[in-house]
Amino acid sequence: MASTAIHDTAAHQDHGHHHETFLTKYIFSQDHKMIAKQFLITGIIMGVIAMFFSVLFRLQLGWPDKSFPILETFLGKWAEGGRIKPDFYLALVTIHGTMMVFFVLTAGLSGTFSNLLIPLQLGARDMASPFLNMLSYWFFFLACTIMMGSFFVESGPASAGWTIYPPLSALPKAIAGSGLGMTLWLISMTLFIASSLIGALNYISTVLNMRTKGMDLWRMPLTIWAFFLTAIVGVLSFPVLVSAVVLLIFDRSFGTSFYLSDIVLQGQILPNQGGSPILWQHLFWFLGHPEVYIVLMPALGITSEVIATNSRKPIFGYHAMVYSLIGITVLSFIVWGHHMFVTGMNPFLGGVFMITTLIIAVPSAVKTFNYLATLWRGNIRFTPAMMFAIGLVSFFISGGLTGIFLGNAALDINLHDTYFVVAHFHLVMGSAAIFGMLSGVYHWFPKMFGRMMDEKLGYLHFWLTFIGAYLVFFPMHFMGLDGVPRRYYAFTEFEFMKEWLTVNTFISWAAIIAALAQIAFLYNFFNSMFFGKKAPQNPWESNTLEWTTPVEHLHGNWPGEIPTVHRWPYDYSKPGHDKDFIPQTTPFSETMSSNLPHDFEGNVEAEQIQEKWVKENKKPAARQKA
Amino acid sequence: MSFRKVFSLPTFFSMMLLVALLGTGFAQAQNQDSTAVSITAATDSASATTAGPKIPTLISTDVDTTKLSWNLGDGQGNKVEIGKVETDFSPAYKSFAYYALLFFLFCVFIGIIGKALRAYELTRSIQGKSEGINWNRIQGILFAFALLVGLYGAYWSYTNQGAMINHTSGSVHGERIDFMFNVTLVITTIVFVITHILLFGFAYKYVGSEKRKAYYYPHNNALERLWTVVPAIVLTVLVLLGFFTWRGITNISEEDQKKALSIEVTGEQFKWTVRYAGADNQVGLRNYKLITPTNNLGIDYRDQKSWDDKLAGEIVLPVSRSVRFTIGAKDVLHSFYIPEFRVQMNAVPGMPTSFQFTPKYTTEEMREKTNNPGFDYVLLCAKICGSGHYNMQVKVKVVSEQDYQTWLAQQPLYYNDDVKKEMQMAAQKAAAETNKMAFNTK
Repeated sequence: MASTAIHDTAAHQDHGHHHETFLTKYIFSQDHKMIAKQFLITGIIMGVIAMFFSVLFRLQLGWPDKSFPILETFLGKWAEGGRIKPDFYLALVTIHGTMMVFFVLTAGLSGTFSNLLIPLQLGARDMASPFLNMLSYWFFFLACTIMMGSFFVESGPASAGWTIYPPLSALPKAIAGSGLGMTLWLISMTLFIASSLIGALNYISTVLNMRTKGMDLWRMPLTIWAFFLTAIVGVLSFPVLVSAVVLLIFDRSFGTSFYLSDIVLQGQILPNQGGSPILWQHLFWFLGHPEVYIVLMPALGITSEVIATNSRKPIFGYHAMVYSLIGITVLSFIVWGHHMFVTGMNPFLGGVFMITTLIIAVPSAVKTFNYLATLWRGNIRFTPAMMFAIGLVSFFISGGLTGIFLGNAALDINLHDTYFVVAHFHLVMGSAAIFGMLSGVYHWFPKMFGRMMDEKLGYLHFWLTFIGAYLVFFPMHFMGLDGVPRRYYAFTEFEFMKEWLTVNTFISWAAIIAALAQIAFLYNFFNSMFFGKKAPQNPWESNTLEWTTPVEHLHGNWPGEIPTVHRWPYDYSKPGHDKDFIPQTTPFSETMSSNLPHDFEGNVEAEQIQEKWVKENKKPAARQKA
Repeated sequence: MSFRKVFSLPTFFSMMLLVALLGTGFAQAQNQDSTAVSITAATDSASATTAGPKIPTLISTDVDTTKLSWNLGDGQGNKVEIGKVETDFSPAYKSFAYYALLFFLFCVFIGIIGKALRAYELTRSIQGKSEGINWNRIQGILFAFALLVGLYGAYWSYTNQGAMINHTSGSVHGERIDFMFNVTLVITTIVFVITHILLFGFAYKYVGSEKRKAYYYPHNNALERLWTVVPAIVLTVLVLLGFFTWRGITNISEEDQKKALSIEVTGEQFKWTVRYAGADNQVGLRNYKLITPTNNLGIDYRDQKSWDDKLAGEIVLPVSRSVRFTIGAKDVLHSFYIPEFRVQMNAVPGMPTSFQFTPKYTTEEMREKTNNPGFDYVLLCAKICGSGHYNMQVKVKVVSEQDYQTWLAQQPLYYNDDVKKEMQMAAQKAAAETNKMAFNTK
């Protein structure tokens, strides 16, 4: 490792001299910090758009009989008479889901924080391949553009749900959105997967090869563990979605029958024979379920770091946290069938998937209890980041517990595709992951932009969003239990759903208020970027390496040699030390008064030195006490 | 601080300007309102939806009103096109702008509060006293408050919204599902309450201060083992219970399958077609290639099993008798979902699926049990299938065996006289063809 560090320094000095234009610095940047910011801001924009879509369809669900003339002025024929059309409603639901899951919570979350933190927390000058890193962002940007472009197509954007189950997604005649809109969706998704794969391979190789001296795997912060395992999950599962997407493109455009068979659409007998729509579901959920953990694990990693730092306590059970992440990684690949209990899949197989699904609750429970134990007897500082991290734990518990219902095949019969599912995943992967992302933004904003965000606006943002999210999603559980299916344009047609109309109006109000609350964040974010208070080097008194870099960004991160790591990242409030944190770069020789025998990991020589020091210093210390 | 920016001089002036604009905007909106009301008064009898809004709202129906008046004036729907071209959207813009301004004003108000707090803190620090507001403490208290309010809210939801759910399962297996559900609900609710008390309680109790240091407690293997093993045991219980419930519902012996009343349901955009198997309790073969406007299901009438198959507009089931639904789809995926029976199975084109269950209560009994005279079992579609997905229903009735037989006797056969005639003609044609062929080869 030492040789790598020296080599890097030399390379860095070469770099320092080349001329940077606006184009190479802000647009086609190969610097991981800039790319992280690009991912973040694109992610935020996509998030705002997707949130706006959700408000649009909440208007329809909350007030199914009222007309909103303003909608017609903007949406034209899609909202004729001021009411959103059923086709366009489904398009909104579809694109809301796609954007949130892929663009905001995958690229916006992993893309931002993996890029920012992997080199900074591991002590690397940049990513393993800066050029591929840039390419990853631009593939992502292109994917976003094409997805947005589908709104400017005559037949409208894709509208078969974010899971785009064929045959609905394969047959343009079945729904207007399955025309050109769906083609654009598929192209966009292919580009997005390319972006994710390039990114993930880059993260993995950086974590494995470019750690600084002393940074062995068991000294990595939990954020890095989470990003690393997320990248592995991504590399193994995204290619399967590509294969599924390519087959669907073939079915749509070249007359193959991978997913189609025995179809008579509007009186017309289609020639396709021998395919199976279930095949798509297997391929899709083989990515789709790991995707949930691709979204969630980085958020959990960020939370671990933020909770430990702001409780001023080591994260409880560091090893257990890593092993539970590994457990989730492995198990995430063998649970996809729980999305398909009632598709007509062999019921015995359903039983097997049920067992694996409920097993995955164990590592999740371990993580939750470890968070609670970390807070216990802490010295908590409520920074906005900490608030959002606590909010994440709350959502993770609530949403996780409803997962125990849905993972149970017998209960899923009655709950499948109802609002119970909507409530469940919006809490456990929607709200929780968004809170992880916001927590990360508040926490590392000083690192990204060199300025502080406003705390009080952060508090306001947290409480409005936290309460808003619960008010939106908690009542949905009960709707689902009553058998109200999801993706319904209106609840006016069925007698038993009519009693939920008032609840829906309430949910819509809560959603609108929570959406408006995001303006507090957006104002805070963009205002602080330019006018915020200048950040000190280590504003949160944190241990990890990124806070040893200068506030002003520079290419290569550290001005001199990359610092060496001597200890794990969670030495907070260690007894015997004068401050309540000890950065990873502080050698044990400087903290003789607080070292514990366990710290030396079996290094006999170091232990002897420590013993000697303790003997020499014991008496004066005891006398002082007396 | 960012709040200071709001109060820089130019911003302040622009704000004043906006407030002035708001005043005029409001006045105009008032005017608009009165006209809207007068128009509404004229067309009041035409439509109930055009009730005059008391304040100009985002959801104002002004545009509708103009359209309606056009409609009324000419008495023909064609005129709507002309009305649309001339639709005046300015009221919509105005009411939208009105709300936007209102929201902006609210933001300014928040900004003022922020500024006041900041001023207070600054004066405290100038006076040399410690910082005025301990935000850390306040957040801790807010968490405690959120815990109490949240737990009460959850309790309220459980009792009030929980009461809106149908609690009586209409089928036999549904009761096993409900039992399983209740077990899971009790366990998860206990965990939910305890973990939230701990989470928010710790947040309240361990609020940081300069005087204190946190307790260095990196791990405790015994504790970690405990909270790995306990969830594992609880989940094992749930898995076993769930697995046997699931197998009990889905794993039905072939003998029982044959005994069950056989009904076929086929989904298409956006309706269900029901076919009763008739006396032989077996539905006839189908082939999607035989589908024509008259033969909607593509029934292969050469198969004699199809001759007694019956067409029905609704689903009527005899109570306490096992019934097996064969579920199919013609175009895209649908899902056969009857919530009160706790029954769901996807309808897949090219792959028939099935679900077998036994209705326990007749519709009448359920009406009494649920205290809802309007109660009806209903079949709906639960898998997104297109623009009409939200309204794809079939009424399901559960009646006594006797009523069922009477009802079934009244249902028409698929294999009716028209079909027979068609078949005969086809047969003759085919015979003629073979004759011709035979003639030619001679």
